[in-house]
Amino acid sequence: MAIVREDTRSQAWWLSIDLKPVLRSLTASALAMLARLITGVRPIWQGCQPSRKQRIYFANHGSHVDFILLSSCLPPDQRAKTRGVAAADYWGRTRFRRLISEVLLGAVLVERNWVERKADPLAVLIEALDRGDTLIMFPEGTRNMGEEPLLRFRSGLYSLATARPDVELIPCWLENMSRVLPKGEFLPVPLLCRAIFGAPVIPSPGEEKYAFLARARGALLALDPKSKGEKS
Amino acid sequence: MIRETALLMGGLIGVLSSASAVAAILSFRAGATLSPALQNLNQRIKAWWLMVLLISGAFICGKAGVIVLFAFVSFAALREYVTLTYSRRSDHRVLLGMFGIVIPVQYLLVWSEWYGLFSVFIPVYCFLVMPALTALRGDTERFLDRVAEQQWGIMLAVYCISHVPALMTLPIPGFEGRGLLLIAFLIITVQGSDVLQYIFGKLMGRHVISASVSPSKTWEGLVGGMASATLLGGMLHWLTPFSALEAAAIAALSCLMGFFGGLVASAIKRDRGVKDWGNMIEGHGGMLDRADSLIFAAPVFFHLVRYLWT
Repeated sequence: MAIVREDTRSQAWWLSIDLKPVLRSLTASALAMLARLITGVRPIWQGCQPSRKQRIYFANHGSHVDFILLSSCLPPDQRAKTRGVAAADYWGRTRFRRLISEVLLGAVLVERNWVERKADPLAVLIEALDRGDTLIMFPEGTRNMGEEPLLRFRSGLYSLATARPDVELIPCWLENMSRVLPKGEFLPVPLLCRAIFGAPVIPSPGEEKYAFLARARGALLALDPKSKGEKS
Repeated sequence: MIRETALLMGGLIGVLSSASAVAAILSFRAGATLSPALQNLNQRIKAWWLMVLLISGAFICGKAGVIVLFAFVSFAALREYVTLTYSRRSDHRVLLGMFGIVIPVQYLLVWSEWYGLFSVFIPVYCFLVMPALTALRGDTERFLDRVAEQQWGIMLAVYCISHVPALMTLPIPGFEGRGLLLIAFLIITVQGSDVLQYIFGKLMGRHVISASVSPSKTWEGLVGGMASATLLGGMLHWLTPFSALEAAAIAALSCLMGFFGGLVASAIKRDRGVKDWGNMIEGHGGMLDRADSLIFAAPVFFHLVRYLWT
């Protein structure tokens, strides 16, 4: 009888550990390795260096795995503090997607839908920033499938920059990702990718919202090697 | 074969050690700041040590090891090539097939020694099926460009490279079980020719062969490199079923093909506005920067040996 009681107690102790952080860091390392194996991804720190400072990385959005590619370019200790921002209406819709996005990848889910919003997306993001997390955002708001290299930016980036001015905004151009895994495809084609990090974009005092968004978009677009004459 | 292997390894280690020694002396004399050329030389030599180590490891594992190694070379080369080509969303499945089906099947055919299918699988079946699949998707925008680029990609990166491990499968009378040495002979003469052309070009190069294709390829480099690589091939004839004179002639032809491979690769890079194919091999660039000469030399070497010695 005594032995049985001992068993149940140890089982209860085992269950009380929160496995999510362990699971998350294991997933992150495994996915980073996979990303390197397939795309040979190389970070190019053109306008800044990897840093422990709190940041918002904003990047062009071509595929579902952009977040994995970008975070695999960060040093492991910073990767642990970095969370992607994902659309709740897609990544939170089914239990399976929630498992991937929230449990395994630790994404911050925000609602894009302007009509039936349950939570204020800005408040959710500011809450994450106030916890000290670094964020990865795709200000185009959706995966870009057209011929245009970069869509118009949504305004969230501006709101965050003005609400938390100490956080650095770093543009990051992800090359080739829309070719590696286009919308609607399941398996990635191995192509070489680079993640090019630019200089921080700082809102100037009194800068108007759309002027800032256009400037941030321009800073990201300027990192695209194709804009400098490399053909593809 | 053990005696030859030992001699070969001893020779390679000797050459690389003296290269490292020369580079170390040059670096020591240059003092605190190394010129970019010297930095690059140091990186290149370091990468050569790694490549020799990797190839030796594959040779120790025998037939399977060599096939896996070159399948990986094909994968890396094709990845660099496709990255620089034009493709559309509708090409996704065909591109996936090039990596996921064409490479494994071609190397399984090398493994199975089914020469008939090995030699036609890509230039007959893949070349006909791939454009058919592309047409079925219905996207005709720049159709010919896309199809042509895909086809030449698997030709260079898969078909041509697969002829290196296929050398093991040639049934040469009196040379059974020694196919690995033939591969070593081809790689050493062709890659040696690249290195020698580089050295002769750096030391004596004046007259550029084609300024619009590659500013670093000179007539002095080509002639000096080819002549010394031909000599090297003759001296390595004990690795092969050839006489010294035959080995020298075959080495000369392989090195000439290798030179054309480098020239064509440079022209493609110029067309796409890039300096290197990639960054896989430190100091050298990408896999295709290192393998371009082998791509052109391997099939010609293979068929010459197949025609004259089997």
